[in-house]
Amino acid sequence: MLGKLDWSAIPFDQPIPLGAALVVFLAAAAVLIWITLKGYWPYLWREWITSVDHKRIGVMYIVLAALMLLRGFVDAIMMRTQQALAIHAPGYLPPEHYDQVFSAHGTIMIFFAAMPFVIGLMNFAVPLQLGIRDVAFPTLNSVSFWLTATGALLVNISLVVGEFARTGWLPYAPLSETTYSPGVGVDYYLWSIQISGVGTLLTGVNLVTTILKIRAPGMGYLRMPMFCWTSLASNLLIVAAFPILTATLAMLTLDRYLGFHFFTNEAGGNQMMFVNLIWAWGHPEVYILVLPAFGIYSEIFSTFSSKPLFGYRSMVAATMFICIVSFMVWLHHFFTMGAGADVNAAFGIATSVIAVGTGVKIYNWLFTMYGGRVRFDTPMLWALAFVTTFIIGGMTGVLLAVPPADFMLHNSLFLVAHFHNVIISGVLFAAFAGFTYWFPKAFGFRLHEGWGKAAFWFTLAGYVLVFVPLYIVGLLGMTRRLQHIDMDLWTPWLMVAAFGIAVMIVGAACQVMQLIVSIRHRDVLRDETGDPWDGRSLEWSTPSPPPVFNYARLPHVENEEPYWTVKQRAVDDQAPEIEEGYEPIEMPRNSPTGFVTAFFSTLIGFALIWHIWWLAIVGFIGAYITFVVFAWREHGDYEVPASEVERIDRGTRAAQLAWMRRRERPA
Amino acid sequence: MLFLHRSESLPPLFWLPVISALPGCAGGVLDPQGPIGAGNRTILLNSLAVMLVIVIPTLVALLAFAWMFRATNRRARYDPEFTYSGRIELIVWSIPTLTILFLGGLIYYGSHHLDPRRPIESGQRPLDVQVVALDWKWLFLYPDQGIGTVNQLVIPAGVPVHFKLTSASVMNTFFVPQLGSMVYVMNGMQTELHLQADREGEYFGLSAHFSGDGFSDMNFRVRALSADAFAAWASSLHGNGVLDANAYRALARQSINMPPAAFGQVQPGLFDAVLRQTLPPGPGPAETAAGEPQVSPKAEPKAGAPAMTHQPKEGG
Repeated sequence: MLGKLDWSAIPFDQPIPLGAALVVFLAAAAVLIWITLKGYWPYLWREWITSVDHKRIGVMYIVLAALMLLRGFVDAIMMRTQQALAIHAPGYLPPEHYDQVFSAHGTIMIFFAAMPFVIGLMNFAVPLQLGIRDVAFPTLNSVSFWLTATGALLVNISLVVGEFARTGWLPYAPLSETTYSPGVGVDYYLWSIQISGVGTLLTGVNLVTTILKIRAPGMGYLRMPMFCWTSLASNLLIVAAFPILTATLAMLTLDRYLGFHFFTNEAGGNQMMFVNLIWAWGHPEVYILVLPAFGIYSEIFSTFSSKPLFGYRSMVAATMFICIVSFMVWLHHFFTMGAGADVNAAFGIATSVIAVGTGVKIYNWLFTMYGGRVRFDTPMLWALAFVTTFIIGGMTGVLLAVPPADFMLHNSLFLVAHFHNVIISGVLFAAFAGFTYWFPKAFGFRLHEGWGKAAFWFTLAGYVLVFVPLYIVGLLGMTRRLQHIDMDLWTPWLMVAAFGIAVMIVGAACQVMQLIVSIRHRDVLRDETGDPWDGRSLEWSTPSPPPVFNYARLPHVENEEPYWTVKQRAVDDQAPEIEEGYEPIEMPRNSPTGFVTAFFSTLIGFALIWHIWWLAIVGFIGAYITFVVFAWREHGDYEVPASEVERIDRGTRAAQLAWMRRRERPA
Repeated sequence: MLFLHRSESLPPLFWLPVISALPGCAGGVLDPQGPIGAGNRTILLNSLAVMLVIVIPTLVALLAFAWMFRATNRRARYDPEFTYSGRIELIVWSIPTLTILFLGGLIYYGSHHLDPRRPIESGQRPLDVQVVALDWKWLFLYPDQGIGTVNQLVIPAGVPVHFKLTSASVMNTFFVPQLGSMVYVMNGMQTELHLQADREGEYFGLSAHFSGDGFSDMNFRVRALSADAFAAWASSLHGNGVLDANAYRALARQSINMPPAAFGQVQPGLFDAVLRQTLPPGPGPAETAAGEPQVSPKAEPKAGAPAMTHQPKEGG
């Protein structure tokens, strides 16, 4: 009846996971009870869970990402403390638990923290920047989000019911085959990544279509904001790379469930093929994450320098250059597998060639500041910390692209320090910067600047204190994923790294405090102008938070910086353009399709993990019926009447117009 | 290319202050004890030097521009029209391109010169060692001497060692940081590696690719002896036990933290039998050394764990 599932799946004998699960469970129960008592369910269901508004979906993506970021951070704290305590000692995490912790850390941080954060920001900002009302397929967008949430849920269920993979965040065969990993850990990995991967692929399709086919009148490709360009590149990579991941994991699933031999030791299986395929997805994945981040930084450098982006066309070229070359470098993840010198040299050179594109971007940001008026608000601080530390991380990356150097540093903590150096500064700092930058747009009030700066400085200091020592122990020969350590040589550096993580905890606490303080003081921090940073692109022309249809009238774009032009004209003439006449607007109807699909997907995933075949069939039938019901819907849209548009627009716009009139003319 | 001679054991003079400024670098990959490690390190440091030439000025310029053009600095010229300059674009594209061209040369040269399969030039005949990664220990076979060891590798100093490597179960990586290059080992496949210890001493070896619950104990000690001491050691093992197919099957079962061991006689062709899977791949957790279904992690590290000395006996 319940397949492999029985009471032994729950780790009653292990206090750490059980305690953690209990805390999570109690917190979730408390939130649910609070929502019920306050009677928020109908509001949540109507306005958020069934919402197909790209802004709401973007916010939900970011909430999910923030929660998973905390979960992954707890894993990081456990790893750093374990390695600091387990020197000539067993530490507090036995191998079978420690191995799950580092596997979960990587999986959660990449798939459920970084990806949703970046996708959430793209979801929120791209349609606004393009001057349109929503993405191309709004309901599909909701399905994407809820499938991602399903994956995250399954990973977290593995904390209590059964176990997570003990293979590392990429389940290299044959360790991940049933011979060596007979438990359900790898199955949790496979199904949660497969389900959320479908969501990511659909997001890619959705955003590529949106950017290519739907833009405000007059917005040619070379008038799109930089963030839209990098989002386009990133989503093209998603569409091209995620099918590889799906196919690779499907082959591993066939090996594990139906006795196939794609990657097994026996019967002609080829484990090197797994490594090739997973990195053929894995390397583009790095750029899927970091390209949108480059876009966010471009917006921030330009806005906070009060200057247009320097070398816009050159930036576009560099972005597309990186987009293409990122598909030609995957072999650098395994120079030490014994490929020939020519192969290694070719991939080494291809890898360092990517640095040309990145180098161009860095110089363009540099010259964006030159001749500007640089304001050091929190987003700009994150951007400056990014660019300075990313150069170091990029440099160690190019070192690792030199095969003979990689022969000594592959899989070492030097490598770990390198990719954290680039991912934390490249993606996480961008996420924080983008969060701070667009938060006022989403909610109509700013985040508290003091707590934001405190979070910035502690996070930056902690990050340096954790990863500089890891670079050094890597040079001292320490490899990654050690559960205990017998080398005195490494001890002092591991201690410094453990201290660094304590500093990062303070940073994370400041980040949480910032949100709480800002919400409590939202009336003081209110932004009525819709343009708190003196912005340049279209999203700042609409009120904060924007109405459901984003723009009462679709903007007409005449150059690369449409809002800046309008604003300057208004300030110069001391008279904002008064537009007359409103049209009714057709908007997509909210739909529970995404949520219901995710519910059945959770059933399917859980059932397949535990071999509960009847439940999997029920889930499939349910998901199919959901699809049929949605496909045969009669009313997909509703109309906002012109009078309603006018009422909303005039109400929210009054403050903005008054502010524009008050602005001084530039000297 | 100036510094790339393979037998080079000293870093370029330029780097000495930098290295000595890195405290405790002795014992790691920046303190190589053989020609391969030294060659790798030279490439690493040269690449670093090439990049620092542009990285340092860029970092300085970034911070300087940000500070110079701060909004509160009224003396700075505000020039919002400065958004394109053909000359700057040319420089911006050509500086990284030139650097990468130069680095590409290093990469091409280094990849060929330090290819793990390339034999070390030496007057000495290389010693053949066959390596099998087991769950979770290292088996070293000496085909010419007919002996074998577990979790300890003994080699003659100053003699090139030609490794042929495979795995009995999952992927692992054979790595001795102070000797240089590492290489993956995989079941049913053979990789090759050439290393050499220049001086007598003890070095630390490990698996550098996660392979399961016993991974953290997959360490081994490398002892580089004089040629005479090596021959004496090899012949002293002849009284030890025999490693035949049955003994190998018992050894191939999962076990954690196995103390170093030695075999006086190894069944000829054992390595090829593992490689060709005539001896089947390791059974995984289904069948363990103790016959239990699951390896329980040990509570404490073994007493008398390898001392893992990193310095050669006679100061390098």
